[in-house]
Amino acid sequence: MRGLSLNTAGLLAAAIISVLALVVIPQVAPFYILLQITLYFSFAILALSLAFIWGFGGVFSFGQAAFFGLGGYTYAILSINMGSSTVPLIVAIVLPTVFALLLGYLMFYGRLSSVYLAVITLVVTLIFHKFLGHTAGFEYRIGNAHLGGYNGIPAIPPINVPGDVTKFAFPEDMFYIAGVALVIVYFGLRWLLSSHFGRTLIGIRENEERAELLGYDVRLYKMIAFGIAGAIAALGGVMFTNWNSFIDPHVFDLGMSAQIIIWVVVGGLSTLIGPIIGAFALGILALELGTQQTIDVNLILGAILIIVVLFVPEGFVPTIKRMCIWLAESRGWLRSRLDSSDLEEKQGRDG
Amino acid sequence: MADTNFLLETRGLTKRFGGVIAVNDVNFNLIPGELRCLIGPNGAGKSTFFKCLTHQHKPSSGKIFFKDRDITRLHTHQIAHLGIGIKTQVPSVFDGIPVRENIWLAARRYHGRGSANKVTADVIDRVGLGNIRDSMVGRLAHGERQWVEIGMVLTSDPTLLLLDEPTAGMTHEETEKTARLIKEISESASLIVVEHDMQFIKAIANKVTVFHQGSILVEDKVEAVMANPLVRDIYLGKEKD
Ligand SMILES: Nc1ncnc2c1ncn2[C@@H]1O[C@H](COP(=O)(O)OP(=O)(O)OP(=O)(O)O)[C@@H](O)[C@H]1O
Ligand SMILES: [Mg+2]
Repeated sequence: MRGLSLNTAGLLAAAIISVLALVVIPQVAPFYILLQITLYFSFAILALSLAFIWGFGGVFSFGQAAFFGLGGYTYAILSINMGSSTVPLIVAIVLPTVFALLLGYLMFYGRLSSVYLAVITLVVTLIFHKFLGHTAGFEYRIGNAHLGGYNGIPAIPPINVPGDVTKFAFPEDMFYIAGVALVIVYFGLRWLLSSHFGRTLIGIRENEERAELLGYDVRLYKMIAFGIAGAIAALGGVMFTNWNSFIDPHVFDLGMSAQIIIWVVVGGLSTLIGPIIGAFALGILALELGTQQTIDVNLILGAILIIVVLFVPEGFVPTIKRMCIWLAESRGWLRSRLDSSDLEEKQGRDG
Repeated sequence: MADTNFLLETRGLTKRFGGVIAVNDVNFNLIPGELRCLIGPNGAGKSTFFKCLTHQHKPSSGKIFFKDRDITRLHTHQIAHLGIGIKTQVPSVFDGIPVRENIWLAARRYHGRGSANKVTADVIDRVGLGNIRDSMVGRLAHGERQWVEIGMVLTSDPTLLLLDEPTAGMTHEETEKTARLIKEISESASLIVVEHDMQFIKAIANKVTVFHQGSILVEDKVEAVMANPLVRDIYLGKEKD
């Protein structure tokens, strides 16, 4: 054995970075930075949901914000009513998942083309936006929770230790909870993409016709993948809502949906680490730009998207990764890809 | 349904694309173990006929039977499950992933985790893909992509194999290798092979079906078909109305 295989090296690096980030950052970073990073954790989870369904399933969903928002709203409404967070947490993920499966069933079993798919998922998101925006009236309440229209739902109870509502998460605890959620999603997806299901999904992305000719029911695979992506987005939404103790219909607006796509494209489609970095980098950028008044933030994000699509079409992570691999191989740190014997592990094409 | 001795049978199979009748009232049958060649000029409807069999195209009318079972309305993946494999005219492969992963995805569909790896290795050996097993399929030459596709189909040990122009774009040696492979496959499976190369057809086939304008023009032994003036005419484009 000369050096590590690419996959093992990547896995090791990811594990080390995860642990370091969760242990070291709270020791050194001031409170307001921790809060900010917690927000980016929830965005990164959302980015992974699109990275999975689009980058590996080949399904361009313009509607991950819908599942994100639905998760957030479900958590808000239920936790306000129930006090304890355990059931709301579970339902806030199950409900959007079921909704995603249903929507996926209609789209994939109806054999809609990818353009219609993008349009439908976006329209669904915007319908949520419109609908929840019009729930300001007093009649729009579910139990004790007032939907509040564009004013949103304030004072959402935080996550608590199951069975003990007096032990609830402070904002600094949310850093760990959201961080661990992100790590679980990341490694969960890596595992999924190396499983038979994930590898088949990648095959379907490459050639749907061939997958069917081999006997795979493409509709079913896509529907399940869409459901999984919905579940991940919903988890991100729950974390976001907890971070904010507040949710309003903005989570469903066009800007939100567009942002997710920018995170994924800039970081690198068909990778998992890229969209996470994209969510962080563009989140920080938006925050920095937000403090000044001269240029519109959305304008700059749009410009970045165009520049990346034109000049770094693969996204930053795959491009940098290719350079690193080339360097590492030429120095003998990595086993050359040509004589690696564990090829099947690498099919996630992930970094 | 009365039992027949046919492995595959079509009755009145028709496929229209708007005003074009690509396959016109075709009654075709194949007995188990047979290796049949399908020939005909460009646009005769050979590929469309294949795609109706696999339900990549929905037939406009007519019926398809496989082992006396009506499969006309089954989905593509269900037909694959019954043991019909196809190599399409334009290779249909997973371009962005390596050869070995292509074969593995095919093998894993019908084999457990352990035996899928073994079947993958066997097929790579059998088709002779050892040297390129780690290459991305998208970067391979046309001939190699065809072999990858044939290899994928072989993993499921299909009962019936449909090969649409398996030697297109191949060198002389590659064509010979493919001919040997097809002969070998025919020992354990039935095949229908679409080909243009008459030498090749002579080398592998016994019975030949000639398609013309969506219909079966002639069906006979290979020598008889090659001697048939009608067939010569349509290939040379001298047909009268
Ligand atoms: N998807 C389609 N839509 C419309 N017309 C089609 C389609 N596919 C095939 N055709 C038409 O159907 C006819 C039969 O085409 P097909 O490809 O089956 O011929 P072929 O015998 O395979 O020819 P070749 O030897 O060139 O491969 C042609 O006139 C073709 O233009
Ligand atoms: Mg053809």
